[in-house]
Amino acid sequence: MKKWFMVTVVGKDRPGIVAHISEALYQGGCQLGEASMMRLGGNFTIMLMVEHDTEAKTLSELLEAPADALGLRIHVDEIEGHLHEHLFPDVSVMVHGADRLGIVAQVTHVLAEAGLNILDLESDVAGTEQEPIYIMHVEGVAAKGIETLELALDSLVTEGIEVRLTPIDTMIA
Amino acid sequence: MAVLEILVYPDPRLAHASQSVPAFDKNLHKFIEDLEETMHAGPGGVGIAAPQVDVLQRIVIVDVSGKPKVSSHGRLILINPQIVANGGGLVGREGCMSVPDYTGNVVRAKTIQVVAYDEFGERQEYACEGYEARVIQHEIDHLDGLLFLDRLVSRRRDLFRRKTYA
Repeated sequence: MKKWFMVTVVGKDRPGIVAHISEALYQGGCQLGEASMMRLGGNFTIMLMVEHDTEAKTLSELLEAPADALGLRIHVDEIEGHLHEHLFPDVSVMVHGADRLGIVAQVTHVLAEAGLNILDLESDVAGTEQEPIYIMHVEGVAAKGIETLELALDSLVTEGIEVRLTPIDTMIA
Repeated sequence: MAVLEILVYPDPRLAHASQSVPAFDKNLHKFIEDLEETMHAGPGGVGIAAPQVDVLQRIVIVDVSGKPKVSSHGRLILINPQIVANGGGLVGREGCMSVPDYTGNVVRAKTIQVVAYDEFGERQEYACEGYEARVIQHEIDHLDGLLFLDRLVSRRRDLFRRKTYA
């Protein structure tokens, strides 16, 4: 019986990793689903849904050769997920400020309390080493409405973090 | 009145260009009724084009009047539409009844000038902006065999980061 697995691959970034990993999975008879790759601090990271009629151990073995050759660490979990279960965000939140401890915790705590379900998050540290700045982009569903989020965020802006909410009005035509 | 079947990507018929409507007759009016009912049958549908229901004719219906805070011309029947002028560019999130379970960012002109015929064959001209302009551009793409998938830009980033700092 076919099952879905979440395969996580992490290692030092270099060209060709996606090609090698996907080739090994293809040769092993795996179907790929949704995936997200990002380069974080010079590291290659990817999470991908893989469907196969095997056990997690077999899937790990399938990826052993490319992992060894490219110096990658592989982690495989059997998951309950399915395809075609997308949720669509109705709000985008851009955050930026001088980098300091606790920005993510403060912002996401306030947003969660005000009903935000985060669907997508990416963040970066930019600026210079002496004066790093933090930038975060979140998309999600505002379960209690966007005005509730706006009200909740008012307190944060005074603490030196700029937060901008933009409604995502998806056009279906 | 009838709800028509919507073609779904990768159906190759969605890539065909549509023909101009030659006659503004009863058959056309009947078809427009069905097309409009089909548009409203799906959740949140604000536009539809004839080729989405396998009729290769240059007919579009747009109605964004149900959206709060959006300026619009109400219900628009656009036959043989042409965009004769456009200005600006905006990134916005789009989905499509012919592409279930996916939405993505597309750049569209912010303002457009549209010349089209109504269902009675009268020439009309509309100046549209923002959301309504986006819907019309999305629908006219259908008449030319294009989907928003053909125009996707990054969903992760609205703008590309600069590589160097001057």
